[in-house]
Amino acid sequence: MKITKFVTLITVVAVLAFAGQGCKKRPGRTTPLPGQAASGVGSDTTGNPIGSGNPITTAPPMIGGETPTTMKANADGTFGAASGSIEGRPKDREKFKAFTVYFDFDRSVIKSSEASKVDSVAGQFKNENPACDLLIEGHCDERGTAEYNRALGERRALAIREYLIRAGVNGEKIHTVSFGKDQPVALGHDEASWAKNRRGEFILVLPK
Amino acid sequence: MKLTRLFLTAVLCSVLPVTVLAATDDAIRIDREATASGLDFPPAIPIHITGFSGEVDKTIKNDLFFMGFRLVSEKEARYLLQGKNEPGRVEGVLYDPFTKQTKVAKAFTGSGTRSQTHALADAVAQAAERIPIAQTKIAFLVQPSGVGPGEIYVADYDGYSAQSVTQDGVIVAAPAWGKGSTLFYTSYKFGKPDIFSQNLSTGARKAVARFNGLNSSVAISADGRRLAMILGKSGNPDLYVSDIDGGNLRQLTTGKAVNASPCWSPDGRTICFCSDRTGVTALYTISAEGGALTRVPTTVGRPTEPDWSPDGKYIVFTSQRRGGFDICVVSMDGSRRGQTTSLVEGEDPVWAPNSRAVVFARNVNHRHVLSLLDVPSKQVKDVARISGSASSPSWAR
Repeated sequence: MKITKFVTLITVVAVLAFAGQGCKKRPGRTTPLPGQAASGVGSDTTGNPIGSGNPITTAPPMIGGETPTTMKANADGTFGAASGSIEGRPKDREKFKAFTVYFDFDRSVIKSSEASKVDSVAGQFKNENPACDLLIEGHCDERGTAEYNRALGERRALAIREYLIRAGVNGEKIHTVSFGKDQPVALGHDEASWAKNRRGEFILVLPK
Repeated sequence: MKLTRLFLTAVLCSVLPVTVLAATDDAIRIDREATASGLDFPPAIPIHITGFSGEVDKTIKNDLFFMGFRLVSEKEARYLLQGKNEPGRVEGVLYDPFTKQTKVAKAFTGSGTRSQTHALADAVAQAAERIPIAQTKIAFLVQPSGVGPGEIYVADYDGYSAQSVTQDGVIVAAPAWGKGSTLFYTSYKFGKPDIFSQNLSTGARKAVARFNGLNSSVAISADGRRLAMILGKSGNPDLYVSDIDGGNLRQLTTGKAVNASPCWSPDGRTICFCSDRTGVTALYTISAEGGALTRVPTTVGRPTEPDWSPDGKYIVFTSQRRGGFDICVVSMDGSRRGQTTSLVEGEDPVWAPNSRAVVFARNVNHRHVLSLLDVPSKQVKDVARISGSASSPSWAR
C-alpha cells in the first residue's frame, strides 16, 4: 500500500517583496520582456493560427528598413577594384556557347574530350578586341552540399583559367565566378541532367 | 500519488495559482538508459506540465524538449510546471516536489505571447541548470524555387517571426551570425560571390571580402573577433582567416584542391573544414595560426559542412551517400575521438548554443525544410514553415 502524504504548499509569489504595496494592480510583479525594436528582429506573432506555422506569402518586413545600398570599402581597400573591372559591362553569352566544358562528378580536371574546346576559345579570344575580357562560370550538379559545390565550381573555373593561360591568354583578362549548384541548365534529378550541369561556360565581356 | 491544486482567485492581487503537491516515497526515476543515438549526453529531465493552453502550451513544450526535458506523468516528474496564459500574459510556477521548493514563479507581459512563452521556458531551463535557447535566433536562406536567387532571413529558433535581411534579388548564401546583431553572408549582388556583413539594428551593410573569384563560406569565431572564409583569389578556393572587418588576411591552405565550409573550435584556436585534397572528401583541422592539417577520422562517406559544438565535444556534419545526405556527429573528445554516429537524413547542420539541439535542412521533394533535431534522442521537429525552400541555417550563439 502506498502511503500518501498530503503536503500543502502555498506559494505566494513575491508576497514578501510586495507585502507593503497592498493588493492593487502590481505591474512590478510581471517581468516585462525587453523591447525588441532596437534589434529590429522579433515581432508579435499572436495572430498566427495555433499549431500551423507561419507561411510567408508576402514580403515580410525587412530588418533595418530600407534595402542597404551603401557599402564601405574592404579593410584592405580592395572594394570594387579587384573584381570591378568587368562589373556592369555588357556580356556576350552566345559567342562561346558551343565550347561549354563538361566535367566528371566531383572533379575539376579538364578531360581530354573537352580540351579542344578550351583551345578553340583561347585561339578565338586572342583575336578579339583587346578591350574585351573573358568570364568563366563554374557550375555543379545538385549532388554535393551548397558551399562545397560553390568551391568546386570555383575550382572548375580556375582549372579552365589555368589551361587558357598555358594556351597563351593573358591571365589578367580572365575572370572566374562560381555558381555552385544554383544555376542548373537541366532540371532533372538524374545523371543525364547532372552531366549537363557539371560545366564551365565562357562569357565574352565587352568594353563598356 | 495525488495532486491537489489550490487556486487562489484573488483577482485584484492576481496571485499565481498555487500547486499543492503530494510528496511520494517513490524513488526518483531518472532515465539512465542509453539514448537513442548512443551518445553521451545528460539524460532528459522528466517534467510534468499543466495549465497552459493553445499556442502557449505547444510552444513551451517544444522549447523545453529542445532544452533537454521530456514530458512525463506527474508521478514520474522531476519537476512540475504549472502555468496559465491569457492574451498578453504568460505565467508559470516550477516546483521541485523532492526539495519542496518553488524554483521559478514568474509572469511575463509585453512583446507578444510567443516571446513571453520563450522567456518562461528559458527561466525553467535555467532553474533546472540547462542552457536556455528558447529566445535565440536563427538565420537561413530562403529560395522561392529551390535553387538560384533567394534572400537571407532571421527568425526565432523555432522559425516564427521571420524577417528578411537581404532584398538583393540575386543568389545569396551561407549566412553566419557574428556578435552583436551582426550577420555575415555571401551575396552575388555584384555578379559574383562576395562576403558582406550587415548590422541588423541599422541595416547598414559593408563588404568584408570582394576579391577576384570566390568569396564565401564565412564563419565567425566564438569571441566574435575573427573570420574564417574560402577565397579563390590566389587561384584556388583556399581557407583564409582575417580580423572581423576583413583586415589582416592570412591564407592557411595551399595546393590545388576544393576547400569548403570552415567552422571554429569554441576556443578559437582551431578551424575545421572539408577538403578533397587526397582525392576523397574529408574533414580536416588546422590551427587558426596555420600549419599542418590533421584529418578528422570520421567513419562515413564524404563528410562536409562541419560545425563544432559550443562545448567542444562534438562536430556535427553532413555525410553524402548515394541518393542523399545524413546528419552525423563525430566525437572530438578524449578516448571517443573519431567515434562517428549517423543521426537522421538531412544536411546543413548547426548546433544550438546548448550543444544538444541542432537545426538542419530536411529534403522534401527536392526542396528544403528547416528542422530541429534533439541529438540524444534523434527526434526531429520542423520549424515554422517558410514558403519556398529554406536551408543553410546559422544559429546565433
